[in-house]
Amino acid sequence: MSADLTIILPEILLAVFAMLGLIGAVYTSKDDLASPLLWATSAVFLAVAAWIGFTGEGTNVAFGGMFIDDGFSRFAKVTILVSAAAVLLMSEGYMSQRGLLRFEYPMLVALAAVGMMTMVSAGDLMALYMGLELQSLALYVVASLRRDSVKSTEAGLKYFVLGALSSGLLLYGASLVYGYAGTTLFSGIVQVAEEGVSLGLLFGLVFLMAGFAFKVSAVPFHMWTPDVYEGSPTPVTAFFATAPKVAAMALFARVMHDAFGGAVADWQQVMALLSVLSMFLGAFAAIGQTNIKRLMAFSSIAHMGYALMGLASGTALGVEAMLVYMAIYVTMNIGTFAFILMMEKDGQPVVEISSLKMYAKREPGKAWAMLFLMFSLAGVPPMLGFFGKFYVLRAAYEGGLVWLAIAGVIASVIGAVYYLRIVYYMFFGETQDEGLNGGKSPILWAMLMGSAAVMLFGIINMFGVDTAAAAAALTLVN
Amino acid sequence: MIGLEHYLTVAATLFVIGIFGLFLNRKNVIILLMSIELMLLAVNINLVAFSSFLDDLVGQVFTLFVLTVAAAEAAIGLAILVCFFRNRGTIAVEDVNVMKG
Repeated sequence: MSADLTIILPEILLAVFAMLGLIGAVYTSKDDLASPLLWATSAVFLAVAAWIGFTGEGTNVAFGGMFIDDGFSRFAKVTILVSAAAVLLMSEGYMSQRGLLRFEYPMLVALAAVGMMTMVSAGDLMALYMGLELQSLALYVVASLRRDSVKSTEAGLKYFVLGALSSGLLLYGASLVYGYAGTTLFSGIVQVAEEGVSLGLLFGLVFLMAGFAFKVSAVPFHMWTPDVYEGSPTPVTAFFATAPKVAAMALFARVMHDAFGGAVADWQQVMALLSVLSMFLGAFAAIGQTNIKRLMAFSSIAHMGYALMGLASGTALGVEAMLVYMAIYVTMNIGTFAFILMMEKDGQPVVEISSLKMYAKREPGKAWAMLFLMFSLAGVPPMLGFFGKFYVLRAAYEGGLVWLAIAGVIASVIGAVYYLRIVYYMFFGETQDEGLNGGKSPILWAMLMGSAAVMLFGIINMFGVDTAAAAAALTLVN
Repeated sequence: MIGLEHYLTVAATLFVIGIFGLFLNRKNVIILLMSIELMLLAVNINLVAFSSFLDDLVGQVFTLFVLTVAAAEAAIGLAILVCFFRNRGTIAVEDVNVMKG
């Protein structure tokens, strides 16, 4: 028993930290504590990430297989925690300026992080469900954080209703899988599935995949994404676009390989369909957007399509490609959202893309950094984003899904249009008298520049992320 | 004799009613919450039926977790709904439309 507790010690520590923080803040000075709590939370995130990343070894299983701590889950956890810490640090200035910085915010993010860590380590349908709900319930509240705004509460309401629907679908699938496999443990399900997938099990699998597709916002289950991204406060949108996506994608991979690894042919086609629909819808629907947050929502749908392409190949190479893709995607998004958070005029946040006209004349440094990020998001060759796409395309090609790889290339060319439009506005758009001003936050500036620098210099050796991802993928698929 | 398939049929029917309630309802957000609850309870019937049929307690343990989470979910849903009502002054589904999408 104590060995089990040692394995989940990072999760326990984070949960205890969140609860102590909540109680401490409620009984003392409430929102005056928000800023120190926010800094403490990101420090704890980084410390736990370093602890997991540097000391984690081998594959440890706790609670009779319900919780799996392996290379794959550690890679996902480090990505989740580091990106969540970065987003928290980016939030502080924006939120305190607009009176949004309440002490609940860092605590809810911490609880969501505990949920995400449980998700990526789940070895059982029950652990999966509990982790997923802990994450989702925290995120519903965070989405409607600005509770005096119609948009923010509407975003929270929409996210809640559709999120609850997806949990219901997923749970129905879980109940069918339990009934037809006779167990909720992934290690037991995989044995049953290897002997042939019965009709009941297949139904369960499809419902589970529908639930996951909601969580990663893959087409045709994407309809909540644009509204939730637009309505939520911008730092919250940045959070939605990073850590939860990594967690949901890792969970998707975990269930498909740990529980249905012997039945790749049964889910490969569904996954490929989700992937190709997401890529094309993301590429086409983003073209007409004028709001940069909505644009980023469609951009994230398209990117999830590419990450799903890695999973669709059904191989260890595919999982490796997915992990590399997600790590690069998260880095790009942190930089891009740092830029979006700096878009303001007379102290008010601005989300219109047209406000960026001739931005390069006023702020050449930030404009160039944004140019690198946009090229990287589009997948233009010298940038790191290109290598992410290259990895998933290669995985799809070697997994025998040549048509999917070709579709991916076409979608990426279409998708480049709207990223390049932003660059065009910044550098060549016709002059505007009143443009953006303000936005002088050193933290955001550092995040933007750091992220852009990673996109440029990461191509040398990817900072070892690709080897780490390869090792992580091998612990999941063998 | 009432067998497993009867329970599964009831659960599937309730689940489908829940989904239709979510999509066809144009009146009131509270009905959405009720539909979600209906879906989760259908799942519970499924789990308990399987648990009894397989002679395995795990399904019933799962049911207890689902019940707990469903309660928490309803609480959060109602809290968000109250905030929304304060801002918008209505909880009709067709008025949840400040953002298109």
